[in-house]
Amino acid sequence: MLRDTWLIFQHQFKALLRNPVWILVGVFQPVMYLLLFAPLLKPALGVRTNAEAYEIFVPGLLVLLAIFGGLFQGFGLIAELRAGVIERSRVTPVSRLALLLGRSLRDTVSLLAQAVIITLLALAFDLRVFIGNLLLAYLMLALISLMTSAVSYGVALAVKSEDALAPLMNTVAQPVLLLSGILLPLTYAPGWLQGIADWNPFSWAVNGVRALFRGDLGAPAVWQGLAIMAVLAALAVAWAARLFARSIR
Amino acid sequence: MIKTLGLRKSFTTRHGTVDAVRGVDLTVDEGEIFGFLGPNGAGKTTTLRMLATLMKPDGGEATIAGVDLLEDPGEVRRRIGYVAQGGSTLDDSTAREELVLQARLYGVSKSEARARTARILDSFQLTEYAERKCKTYSGGQRRRVDIALGIIHEPKIVFLDEPTTGLDPQSRAHMWDEVRRLRDEGMTIFITTHYLDEADALCDRISIMDNGAIVASGTPASLKKEISGDVVRVGVALPAAAAAALSDFPRVELHDDSVRLYVEDGATAIPLVIRALDSAGVALGTIELHRPSLDDVFLTKTGRSLREN
Repeated sequence: MLRDTWLIFQHQFKALLRNPVWILVGVFQPVMYLLLFAPLLKPALGVRTNAEAYEIFVPGLLVLLAIFGGLFQGFGLIAELRAGVIERSRVTPVSRLALLLGRSLRDTVSLLAQAVIITLLALAFDLRVFIGNLLLAYLMLALISLMTSAVSYGVALAVKSEDALAPLMNTVAQPVLLLSGILLPLTYAPGWLQGIADWNPFSWAVNGVRALFRGDLGAPAVWQGLAIMAVLAALAVAWAARLFARSIR
Repeated sequence: MIKTLGLRKSFTTRHGTVDAVRGVDLTVDEGEIFGFLGPNGAGKTTTLRMLATLMKPDGGEATIAGVDLLEDPGEVRRRIGYVAQGGSTLDDSTAREELVLQARLYGVSKSEARARTARILDSFQLTEYAERKCKTYSGGQRRRVDIALGIIHEPKIVFLDEPTTGLDPQSRAHMWDEVRRLRDEGMTIFITTHYLDEADALCDRISIMDNGAIVASGTPASLKKEISGDVVRVGVALPAAAAAALSDFPRVELHDDSVRLYVEDGATAIPLVIRALDSAGVALGTIELHRPSLDDVFLTKTGRSLREN
């Protein structure tokens, strides 16, 4: 299984490197947020320094990237389905879990590459974060990306068409985004909104990453966020791997 | 090499249940090119997908390369190759990388995978293009890559689903040569086709499928021999009247725009046919004489022509 996963991952990653535009495209939008939206935050959030504003904003931005990056990976899989690549894999004895994991891990690695670029840029804007905390935050991002890309692959296998996948993913992503405090912390939200957001697992993840960027390693939000993301990632992977195993078409 | 008994599959759609395959019995011997012939929608691809472990049969049994299909599909996968009709490569991938990965997915070591890839590229005359993206290949080249991918693990048997559909005549002839070469190297080949000439020229034995069931099996020659003598096709505006006028002939078949007669000797039958129609006052449109083809076999078994599809 590990060998199969590694083979699929390697192969998928090579294909990604052949076309390195993705990294610029992936980073472009977050950088725009960083340059054009973040300056509003210092006055809006009522914090004293840029560094404090970035501590709040960059975690949200990274989680946003992980969610959206993952949810839209299914498009690549639909292209592979259509080209017959998946069917060809399915007549080999390759592990079905590896077919999924190899791809999801590729997505996770490419997300982390983007996250590193954005972190480095934010450092130039006075953001300061401990390396240990940063690595834990990256772990959280990795779990989110693993989950969302697995969900996207699962849905892609179920609907088999871009036309159905795009609106479906957008419909899921929008409330998730609004109810997670990604753009602005939910501490500013009225009680009812906070109450709903507590049911959004990503809101826990964002809180955890914010605590880490704040330097508050001991905050319960850290382990709570990591635990929730780990469980959901495992469920998503198990579900999508089952769809890979089932007959296609 | 393959033996199936009562293989069945039905699908549930919005309009009810469709019995796509209703009890298929097949025997494929080692080292032969076995042709699976039938019109589109006959159930060929469904049968093939069941045999290739892509779809679970609803009933029946099958043994493939000595392994029970229902009990151990994983082991069947190791022993078979499968080449789908719609291709199996992405536009931006290259033949060499795909082949190396494909071999490695069967558990082959890296160096062995590379060596096999080099050999197979060579034997399919693809070495020159191996590093180019698949979208730059011609239809025939790309199909050869698909087949190379299907046999890189040196299976005992390979399933080819309509391997020549969409190819120009030259690529098609080339593909036939490749398939024969594989057989001569000892592989068993199971090929589906809806081309009569392909089944006739390429296959050692064929089964004809229609409407989810096998209607005839044998060598192309023996199947055609079942229809002894010649076929006379009489094209007329009023086939029923013509059939009545020709009722003295031993075997008369009525079709939409024609009547078919199966006769011992076509050359002597034609004047008799013309005279009979003449005296009955039936206007003759066309008259043709030919040796029985697989289409005539299909027509006798099902009452329909395969060409009409």
